[in-house]
Amino acid sequence: MKVVAIAGSIVGSKTKTAIQYATDQLLDKYPDAEVTLLDLAEYDMQFSDGRNYLDYQGDTKKVTETIMEADALLIGTPIFQASIPGSLKNIFDLLPVGGLEGKVASMIVTAGSQRHYLIPEQQLKPILGYMKAQIVQSYVYIEDVDFYRKEITNDDVKFRIERLVEDTMTLARTYQRILEEKEAEYDF
Amino acid sequence: MEKYRIDPSKGLEFGLYTLGDHLPHPETGERIPASQRLDEIIELAKLAEDAGLDFFSVGESHQDYFTTQAHSVVLAAIAQATEKIKIASSSTIISTLDPVRVYEDFATIDLISKGRTEIVAGRASRVGNFDLLGYDLHDYEELYEEKFDLLLKINANEYVDWQGQFRAPLKNAHVLPRPLNGSLPIWRAVGGHPSSAVKAGYAGVPIFVAMLGGPATLFKRTIDSYRDALERGGYDPNEFPVSTAGFFYLAETTQQAQRETYPYINAGMQKTNGRGFAKQVFAQGADPHDVMNIGSPQEVIEKILYQHETFGHQRYIAQMDFGGIPFDKLRKNIELIGKEVLPAIRKYTAK
Repeated sequence: MKVVAIAGSIVGSKTKTAIQYATDQLLDKYPDAEVTLLDLAEYDMQFSDGRNYLDYQGDTKKVTETIMEADALLIGTPIFQASIPGSLKNIFDLLPVGGLEGKVASMIVTAGSQRHYLIPEQQLKPILGYMKAQIVQSYVYIEDVDFYRKEITNDDVKFRIERLVEDTMTLARTYQRILEEKEAEYDF
Repeated sequence: MEKYRIDPSKGLEFGLYTLGDHLPHPETGERIPASQRLDEIIELAKLAEDAGLDFFSVGESHQDYFTTQAHSVVLAAIAQATEKIKIASSSTIISTLDPVRVYEDFATIDLISKGRTEIVAGRASRVGNFDLLGYDLHDYEELYEEKFDLLLKINANEYVDWQGQFRAPLKNAHVLPRPLNGSLPIWRAVGGHPSSAVKAGYAGVPIFVAMLGGPATLFKRTIDSYRDALERGGYDPNEFPVSTAGFFYLAETTQQAQRETYPYINAGMQKTNGRGFAKQVFAQGADPHDVMNIGSPQEVIEKILYQHETFGHQRYIAQMDFGGIPFDKLRKNIELIGKEVLPAIRKYTAK
């Protein structure tokens, strides 16, 4: 099982801290999983210009290829101006139409206040759905007050992340079995 | 239609095309040498001619896993190796070539082939050619439109006055040699989307429509939009041929045909396009109303006739070598096309 965790912003530390915690949990509980953490702050990404993802060079090619090879995605995002950051939207724009087909996707969201609670529901989920991902319906929503200097200070947040990691892996494994069963139905 | 060397009384033309892909075997990972792949493409053209097919074409792709980047050179070899079959590009990526050079090459091939050569000009779905040949991908649309227009102008005029953004101006330039019969059939390659077909309609240019899979009625919209645009542009749709292109393969049963092609097509798409071919969609390809012509000869004949009824097109070209399908299978397919498919199609579509 290939799992790719994405820290979807190029600034700040909270999304990275949360997604790092999720990745550590995943490695700890599912040692067989092959986990890659893509922190967009560490990559020099081009804006999407509509070409096939294989036609980009450098970091853009590396990041998109890594995502396309994944079975499951753990997407971490902050909320900027009442939406996901452009850096994360650009990742979706770089991928093919229906590019998340066959992949399970879950969401960890960090935000300054509770005002933005429905943004993942109303803005991120429709993108993942359009790209044909299998979405883990509940997400982890974390506020600024739950962090202190690159550490999660609220046990409830940790518990929720742990449950999300479990749900992601349960759905990913189940979905792989469904896919295998479905594939076996065809005699070619 | 005569301008495009199409005689509707003879019925639907049938041809083969190759993209010149050069892919490893999906299971063994082994790949035949490029020299063998090129030999086999030329041999395929000869077999197609012997079996009575109307048309053979070779595409240009500047990517890994392809081997006919210099597609006009391959076509010249085919021109020399054959006598009757029509030959063309599928497609020439005119955006990143010089239309004057393209015309010189294809007019020469036309002379060598004694008037059998055509050009299908496209824009490329993968874009490795832009960096490689020194063009800016941001000019993707404009490069194509400008260079395609120039190509048409050279075809219509032996002496050309022209100026544009992407090439040095031409002042009373004499473009030689001229094709055997004065001009070449030049087609616009169109993907699934109607907007490109509409442009061809306004310009009064025939189209090649690529169709990988899906219901025929979906692609009919593109063809209908094209014919509407021809009319709005002041042209008579009855004078402009339409060609379709798509996957093809024959075996005793549909199941066997799918078994013999799926692994190649899936792995080939994964390598050349970054995504495999979903089994669910491939399975639907067996439906009589799907454009994917993979099945038993009788089923495929019925599908092609249904497509002909739906589209009213003049030529169908089949892609059956994608993904490294072994040559003996291709040889057997050509035999079946000659013996079973062509007689049936001609019987029902010739007037």
